Amino acid sequence: MSFPWAKQYEPKNPVMQWVDSRLPLPRFVYNAVGAGYPVPRNLNYFWNFGILAGVALVVQIVTGIVLAMHFHSSAAGAFESVNVGMMRDVNAGWFLRFTHANGASMFLAVVYIHIFRGLYYGSYKAPREMVWLLGVLIFLLIMATAFMGYVLPWGQMSFWGAQVITGFFSAIPVVGEWIRVWLLGGYAPDDATLNRFFSLHYLLPFVIAGVIILHIWALHIPGSSNPTGVEVKGEQDTVPFHPYYTAKDGFGVGVFMIIFATLIFFFPDYLGHPDNYVVANPLSTPAHIVPEWYFWPFYAILRAFTADFIIPAKLWGVLAMFGSILLLFFLPWLDKSPVRSANFRPMYRIAFWVLVLDVLVLGYCGGSTATPGVVITSQITAAYYFAHFLIIVPIISRLETPKPLPNSITEAVLANKGGSRMTETAVSA
Amino acid sequence: MATLEDGVPPDQTVGPGGELLENPRRRDYLTYAAVSVAAVGAGVVVLPLVNSMNPSADVLAQSSTEIDLSAIEPGQAIKTSFRKQPLFVRNLTPAEIAEADKVPVSSLRDPQTLEQRTKEGKTNWLITLGVCTHLGCVPLGAGEGENRGPFGGYFCPCHGSAYDTAGRIRQGPAPTNLQVPEYEFTSDTVVVVG
Repeated sequence: MSFPWAKQYEPKNPVMQWVDSRLPLPRFVYNAVGAGYPVPRNLNYFWNFGILAGVALVVQIVTGIVLAMHFHSSAAGAFESVNVGMMRDVNAGWFLRFTHANGASMFLAVVYIHIFRGLYYGSYKAPREMVWLLGVLIFLLIMATAFMGYVLPWGQMSFWGAQVITGFFSAIPVVGEWIRVWLLGGYAPDDATLNRFFSLHYLLPFVIAGVIILHIWALHIPGSSNPTGVEVKGEQDTVPFHPYYTAKDGFGVGVFMIIFATLIFFFPDYLGHPDNYVVANPLSTPAHIVPEWYFWPFYAILRAFTADFIIPAKLWGVLAMFGSILLLFFLPWLDKSPVRSANFRPMYRIAFWVLVLDVLVLGYCGGSTATPGVVITSQITAAYYFAHFLIIVPIISRLETPKPLPNSITEAVLANKGGSRMTETAVSA
Repeated sequence: MATLEDGVPPDQTVGPGGELLENPRRRDYLTYAAVSVAAVGAGVVVLPLVNSMNPSADVLAQSSTEIDLSAIEPGQAIKTSFRKQPLFVRNLTPAEIAEADKVPVSSLRDPQTLEQRTKEGKTNWLITLGVCTHLGCVPLGAGEGENRGPFGGYFCPCHGSAYDTAGRIRQGPAPTNLQVPEYEFTSDTVVVVG
């Protein structure tokens, strides 16, 4: 669907006409990311991050497919194939490997900004709940894929990461241990584990790509949101996606690539962990096990539970960690405020920034050794994380008096340019 | 009873006034039967897929390990492996046994005595998996000079679980004692685990 004023695909080239009448794929692309998709005219740079996530996924799939050609998926050969084969023997292997490893960080970084963009501008609200739900699903799939990919180099962090993460499932009463052994294909991570993780790590990105298509499809039913949160009222509120936002996104992709290249060429191991350059040793745990930075907030929530209360602390930690993400599925119904954008919600805006700070502190705690001070800080920040979604947001949506909304996107745009008087005079004239 | 010979379609019957009535039962029966067969078929296909992810025969074949205890002095422990998992074998000193027996069992998170965790007449041989019951790290304490934690047994560096000289959880997040695998003594100095 689209707005009635959306441009129609009219191929002039006879070959394209022939294709379009038999398989309207060019028309589909034109309506999705071409001139056939009208978009609010006032999107800011935070609206770049969806496309950036898509670019990151493509980078990961392309480098991943090539790296898979050089990877030995066995406990005996994986570490050497990555750290010797790819890094020294394979032509440009070091580049592909570092691109893939840092690409995961870039992917998660833009996904986090994309999610917080959605939280700030209320993009999860009706009529875009389905876009949000699919987005949370994509986030879960990305996390699973990133975790399984991190296991493949079979270093110490890979191995112990696999051991700890699959250990979560042993917290489930009665069947937990059986599930853990089933997931690993043995009693500890080994060949069977490595091979199934490789298989799934190769599969899941394509599942993600599929859910992304649904995500964009669901988005295109109501059309994109915008920084005012006011719905499109007419043709003057929109511009065609191409060339306006292809150009704006193109600029964003350029900045993204500069940062990405800086990481790859100057700090390729900055986000990694030195212990992962030690081959997996099932008999020795590294002194400080820590996941990749993008899992730190969740790891902090996991470790925040230290006392048994009805059920064991271990099960609480696991439930809370998964709950912290599953909670996001309910957000569209927890926040009942009819106003979308935090720009017009003074109280929600404060709560949003406190949440950002809270997640950053959680991340810091998750990356640190679990000293008593860190544990207490993670307990407080973890509690606040849940309170934000379950208590603060629902209460704010009842109490808050939003600021007056602009009548239309166009009015807001012109007001920002100092053009509001012009419209007034235009009206009075 | 209407039959095909009467010219009545099989999913209909004749009402009291001679009119044709829908008879849903036959059609429903066919639907249920078809869907049931398909469901059983789908289940039968899923079963081998799921089961293939269980430990394979070669992994299960590693499930018994023979250990020679003769070189382990009292107070010493060794780290070996059983089913690719670390296994701790520890020769407890009389002082360590006394310390373990001294603890009131009811005060423990996972109440067990040292006797229940060892073989009769061999209470000095504590054989446990070296897998922390919290999230599966290898606790310290079996190797020479490693930190044995506040209770003199094992100490897990990942999240600070401390085990006592009977391998029982005393402090930290782990929910249960270190697991004691099935084993038996085949002679005074040889034990077969698994």
